Amino acid sequence: MAETLSSPVTPKDYASDQEVRWCPGCGDYAILKQVQTVLADLQIPRENVVFISGIGCSSRFPYYMGTYGLHGIHGRAPAIATGLKLVRPDLHVWIITGDGDGLSIGGNHLIHILRRNVDVTILLFNNEVYGLTKGQISPTSRPGQRTPSTPWGSFENPFNPVALAFAAGATFVARTMDRDLAHLRSVLSRAALHRGAAFVEIYQNCPVFNDGAFFAYTEKESKPENALFVEHGQPLLFGVQRQKALVLEGTVPKVVTLSEEIPPEVWVHDETDPRKAAILTQLMDAPGTGFPRPFGVIYANPDRPTYEELLSEKHQRLSQEHPTDLEALLRGKNYWSVP
Amino acid sequence: MSTQRVVVPDVVIVFAGDSGDGMQLSGMQFAHVSAFRGNDIATFPNYPAEIRAPQGTLAGVSSFQLHFGSFEVLTPGDTCDVLVAMNAAALKTHLHLLKRGGLLILNEAGFDRRYLRLAGYSENPLTDGSLSGYQLIVLNLPQLVGAALADTGLSVREKERMKNMFVLGLLAWLFDRPLEVLEQMVTAKFSARHPELAAANLRLLRAGYHFGETSELLTPRYEIPQAPLPPGTYRSISGNEALVLGFVTAARKAGLKLFYAGYPITPASEVLHQMSTLLPYEVYPFQAEDEIAALCAAIGAAFGGHLGVTATSGPGFSLMSEALGLAVALELPVVVCDIQRAGPSTGMPTKPEQADLLQALYGRHGEAPIPVIAAATPADCFQAAYEAARIALHYMTPVILLSDAFLANGTDLWRIPDPETLPPITPPFATEQHKHNGTFYPYWRNEHGVRPWAIPGMSGFEHRIGGLEKEHITGNVSYDPANHEHMVRLRAAKIERIAHEIPLQTVTSGDLEGDLLLVSWGSTYGAVASAVQECRRQGLSVSHIHLRYLNPLPRNLGELLRNFRRILVPELNSGHLTQLLRARYLVDAHPYSKIQGLPLTISELVELIQATLRHG
Repeated sequence: MAETLSSPVTPKDYASDQEVRWCPGCGDYAILKQVQTVLADLQIPRENVVFISGIGCSSRFPYYMGTYGLHGIHGRAPAIATGLKLVRPDLHVWIITGDGDGLSIGGNHLIHILRRNVDVTILLFNNEVYGLTKGQISPTSRPGQRTPSTPWGSFENPFNPVALAFAAGATFVARTMDRDLAHLRSVLSRAALHRGAAFVEIYQNCPVFNDGAFFAYTEKESKPENALFVEHGQPLLFGVQRQKALVLEGTVPKVVTLSEEIPPEVWVHDETDPRKAAILTQLMDAPGTGFPRPFGVIYANPDRPTYEELLSEKHQRLSQEHPTDLEALLRGKNYWSVP
Repeated sequence: MSTQRVVVPDVVIVFAGDSGDGMQLSGMQFAHVSAFRGNDIATFPNYPAEIRAPQGTLAGVSSFQLHFGSFEVLTPGDTCDVLVAMNAAALKTHLHLLKRGGLLILNEAGFDRRYLRLAGYSENPLTDGSLSGYQLIVLNLPQLVGAALADTGLSVREKERMKNMFVLGLLAWLFDRPLEVLEQMVTAKFSARHPELAAANLRLLRAGYHFGETSELLTPRYEIPQAPLPPGTYRSISGNEALVLGFVTAARKAGLKLFYAGYPITPASEVLHQMSTLLPYEVYPFQAEDEIAALCAAIGAAFGGHLGVTATSGPGFSLMSEALGLAVALELPVVVCDIQRAGPSTGMPTKPEQADLLQALYGRHGEAPIPVIAAATPADCFQAAYEAARIALHYMTPVILLSDAFLANGTDLWRIPDPETLPPITPPFATEQHKHNGTFYPYWRNEHGVRPWAIPGMSGFEHRIGGLEKEHITGNVSYDPANHEHMVRLRAAKIERIAHEIPLQTVTSGDLEGDLLLVSWGSTYGAVASAVQECRRQGLSVSHIHLRYLNPLPRNLGELLRNFRRILVPELNSGHLTQLLRARYLVDAHPYSKIQGLPLTISELVELIQATLRHG
């Protein structure tokens, strides 16, 4: 299946004919649009793209794509995608999941697909709440969050999705947000091109059950102080005038205020450095406490072979060294004939 | 003195000892050499779930039962002619199987004070006269083995671990098995990595054989003539091996990759192991993180246009229930093998049972009919796997294949089929004909009710499927009430229609009508068939029907059942098939239940048949 197109495709060509049915104002619309844009940017033939999802608001995503799609069962999209990729490494496989689907019921499958480094792009829509089932806490809900299942406030400790993905062995870890389209598009594009399991956490606003959960990072007035946009090779700067910087003292990150020039000790982002990436994933302080939260590609290791590559290597080697004759297989080593 | 030679039609040998005594290996090798010698065989390995169970204890006994003969051997036998007991616990747990006057081969070293205490003997049975009703051969194995390996430099412990080879050699002499075949097997097993162990094992094998020749044992030497086998190429095979070969052959015939996903579980792990060695045969093995992932991955592979297969046992099968519902909704070809074991929960993991039948038939949410077929013998697992794959691929449906611990580990003589003679497998791949005005409709069914299989990479066939109810023909999400009922009925009709293609049920043995009919399914085939044959020889009016297809049932089954005055259904469960037959056909079927983690015996069935007909 050659990756050439007779005529250039536009984002619209990646849309299906189904009416999109998320709530008005849902962050999912922006993500859908940017995914379609990125696929058009990369000119990937529609027939070679598969979207696989679990259950939840975000998991309706495949129905709105004009590609191949499989809307699976709750939490199991990574397992379905793994089986597909092992027999069809030629396909571009995307997994669409949410904080409940991917981190609660499907947590086991998520960590294992990352550990194995199957070549897929995983988009985790994090809205810190269960939407489709009407507003219960999710594994990323914050302590104190009041929901129908926690009427007196949640006392559960939330997951930090990027730290979890990194610890599970993801070779690409990024965070982005639904309300910064340019950033969303650039991160999705990087993720799509990554060879291996790419994990992208997307802060996604749920206007119905958890409105404004991420406004500290997404809105004009608070974003500069709370969101740190990391870029490979660039110093870690933030603040309204980008006057604040991160420095590392040993393994301890500190915030410094710059006077004029950028001093040499400022932390320059190296997305290939796993130790520094580990520290970046841990920056989860609440907004207003002084430490910003990183957005962008936190870690990327394009060198680790994918699971399919390793399997295919074994197939090729063993097929050369061993017989592939079915009759011989059926006979086995010890057989005899009765005339 | 010349040894007396006696010709017998068949022999049952039980090898019993500690888990580490090599009883399974000796048994397998003797089974193989017997099959090679031209006898039909059936075996029953019976071992504890623990890898190294406490030495010398009753719970730690591992045994291997082998039946070989000059006729069609259908079961491992109810009782044995020869019992090899390596210690007191092995004797205590298996003596009840030995016929009066049978041959008892004992390892004297396994009857010291410690072994007697662990086995709960207050008196030593070697000396208290309690074994006087048997032909006794007591071997001082440490001495015999030590003498044979005196100049080898092997440790006492190493020598101790090989003692089974001496016994194997002795049995080879007693039952006239070709020593050179055993020698080849021993050489093949050890020589690559441990040439010194191969040499020592061969020496012991020969020493045992010569011991038989020279020691003037007070027992005749037995000859078991060859079974009248149809011409062909033969090998011995276990149920799990046959299962693997059936799937590999089916995928090859269909021109597809075979994706196999499994999670380790007794007694299905062997399938994962075997599949993992078959990469050159276009097998894609995958050890999943759990059984849910195993079936989901198989579904993913099927979406990608290949055959997805998984095998598990009861607990894992339960975990797969939800994904089975998805496979029904998606209408994709996957096969789930449930190698049943005694449950519920962990139960008795190495022991056979048939108590997952109702789960296989009904254990899902929603209206989710799935074809269910069962293997009858270890060798039949090949045909069952091939047929399961064929149905899955022809009808775009998940299929459940039922096996059990008895079939999985038991071995059979197998006449190797010519793959050319197997029925073709042609999946319903989508073509331009499945489009209307340029649009592809993923649920536009053919005359068999089967939807087309369009796979990613096919341009112009892009479509989305999922667990949400779909609109007939278009496959779009639909909450329309009438459409839902229609789709439920279409899915059910597709499965029911398979009954028009599978063979009509035949009466396995006996007349088409009579006083009594026994209906069986799965691994009880051998025992039921043997018992019915024996009773018919006694002139009793009894027939036997053995079912391969449990869903859909053969079209003519009800008609056949109504020709008998009484119906008995022997099962290793509390009466699952009985319930099904009563509900489906309104016949007065009665269960015969055995739920002990053990197979049915021929004699208990013979007694059952006799008693039933007596009380008419």
